[in-house]
Amino acid sequence: MAKKEKTSTGDGSTDTGFLEAPPRANEWRRFSRVFFQRKLVVFGLVVLALLIICAIFAPWLAPYDPYVGNLGDSLAQPSWKYLLGTDIQGRDTLSRLIFGARTALIVGFGTTIAAAIAGTVLGLVAGYFGGIINMVIMRAMDTLMGFPMLLLALLISAVLGSGIQNVIIALAVATLPGYARVMHGLTLSVRENDYILAERAMGANNRRIMANHILPNTLPPMIVLVTLQLGSIILAEAGLSFLGIGIKPPGAAWGSMVYDGYRFLLSSPILSFAPGLAIMLVVFAFNMVGDGLRDALDPRLRGII
Amino acid sequence: MAELLRVNDLETQFKTESGVVKAVDGVSYYIDEQDIVGLVGESGCGKSVSQLSVMQLINPPGKIIGGQIIFEGKDLLKYPQHGPEMRSIRGAKIAMIFQEPMTSLNPVLSIGQQLTEMLVLHLKMNHEAARQRAIELMGMIGIPAPEKRIDDYPHHFSGGMRQRVMIAMGLSCNPRILIADEPTTALDVTTQAQLLELMKDMVQRFRASLVIVTHNLGVVARYARRIYIMYAGRIVESGPTKDIFGTPRHPYTMGLLKSIPRLDEEEGRKLVPIEGLPPNLINMPPTCAFLPRCSWKIDRCYKDPWPGLTPVNGNHFIRCYADTREKKN
Repeated sequence: MAKKEKTSTGDGSTDTGFLEAPPRANEWRRFSRVFFQRKLVVFGLVVLALLIICAIFAPWLAPYDPYVGNLGDSLAQPSWKYLLGTDIQGRDTLSRLIFGARTALIVGFGTTIAAAIAGTVLGLVAGYFGGIINMVIMRAMDTLMGFPMLLLALLISAVLGSGIQNVIIALAVATLPGYARVMHGLTLSVRENDYILAERAMGANNRRIMANHILPNTLPPMIVLVTLQLGSIILAEAGLSFLGIGIKPPGAAWGSMVYDGYRFLLSSPILSFAPGLAIMLVVFAFNMVGDGLRDALDPRLRGII
Repeated sequence: MAELLRVNDLETQFKTESGVVKAVDGVSYYIDEQDIVGLVGESGCGKSVSQLSVMQLINPPGKIIGGQIIFEGKDLLKYPQHGPEMRSIRGAKIAMIFQEPMTSLNPVLSIGQQLTEMLVLHLKMNHEAARQRAIELMGMIGIPAPEKRIDDYPHHFSGGMRQRVMIAMGLSCNPRILIADEPTTALDVTTQAQLLELMKDMVQRFRASLVIVTHNLGVVARYARRIYIMYAGRIVESGPTKDIFGTPRHPYTMGLLKSIPRLDEEEGRKLVPIEGLPPNLINMPPTCAFLPRCSWKIDRCYKDPWPGLTPVNGNHFIRCYADTREKKN
């Protein structure tokens, strides 16, 4: 059939007289204008860039071995030799902080990626099919949501034991329902659109409709959610480590560093303050960037900012 | 011409909290090859639902509970709704386009992505061939510089252009039937006329049949060969376009025609509205559904159930007891 029409191509394009399309607002330029105009967002990006550089180049940046200390320099005050002092075992705080960035990022991204993928798929399937599938998935999510996030993570890590993998699993399960709920809601609204019906009328199957048509329409809010969650995951990891069920010493995690230093709060306050400040800065940075992304991606704010 | 699609006694119902809505109640019609058929009725009379039923796109709480849909010798209702047989018919053999051009295209995919999707799916084209074909199709529907516009997104297109794209999408896989559900309702009158003309040309070029679903008699007057008038889930009058407009016989059709202005009539004619509202489709009486609004009613209308379609003149059928030729009111 395709050959037959070849001969007549272009017949219909003669007398319609559409004008040239108007010049387009460059989406990327609009995005970057809104995104970069706020100083706090830029500040957040700088902090995150530093964090990522520290995490990747930790072995080269850290002046000392973060795990093995020099007992002779135990609890040294900040000096040119140890910029942020040392802990009870004589380990350099700055080095541990730099390696802690690695832990924070691995847990943050690992958890968020795992939870976001699983939550998105669950929410999408539940919202799209509805009925009994929806009931089973969403009631399970509600049950998980019934527990406070940290308590659930505590429970799971208590069962699985400590270690970076188990922290990721525990936090991922605890944050999963948030993604599933948001995705469920987005799917419910997107699937009612005419283009979904049109797509079905064209013979597309469910998988194609979900992957090619619903998912892309839900991405902007999901991206914002992921960014905002990264900060709270890092905070939660610090909380778990502080309570001693996250990353165990000698592994370097900011939360356990705060806990270790807290016994020497009066003599060497820097031991707790330095990792505490790092946690605060990073969480703040993630939240600022998430906010900036929301402003830049939310179509309802278009034209306002 | 050979018969392409025959719908027999189609019944589609929606279960609601206040009762069962008989949206389509025993509708029968046929479509010939390269036919143009109009399906006319007011909002809620079941015209869209009947077409969605043909595509098996009725979702719960709606359900097709009876009838036959014979297409190319096979009863489509025998196929499961989500099965591969129906999927290979939708879009490839029977395509459907919808009322709202502004929302019928996915805003996050480019026009090209949406046009090529079905070519790849149904015709198993590779991406390069599908892209070439999509550019060709966009040329046919009158989009200038299609090779540039193919990577545009729906929001770069006007409503009329989007509906053109929908027509191209509908016909892209050479379907036998294109069902256009209120294709021009959301567009202004000039664009309506252009689009109807384009649709007629395109289905002729693709040797497809066209079903125009509309509430606007003017839309079908010029293009349809045959017209079905629907009321309260049933077809009340059917016949060649000439007969429907020239000698309408069902009181409802007559009322519809009296309520719209015509260019070929004497000046100063008053437009007569049809009194009342369409009936609630829950708990319908066995008698004629148009009875409360009818100005031709006779005693028999109250006693006997709604009659079936009875021939009045050749291919012209009505569903009425009254002899509407007698008086002119």
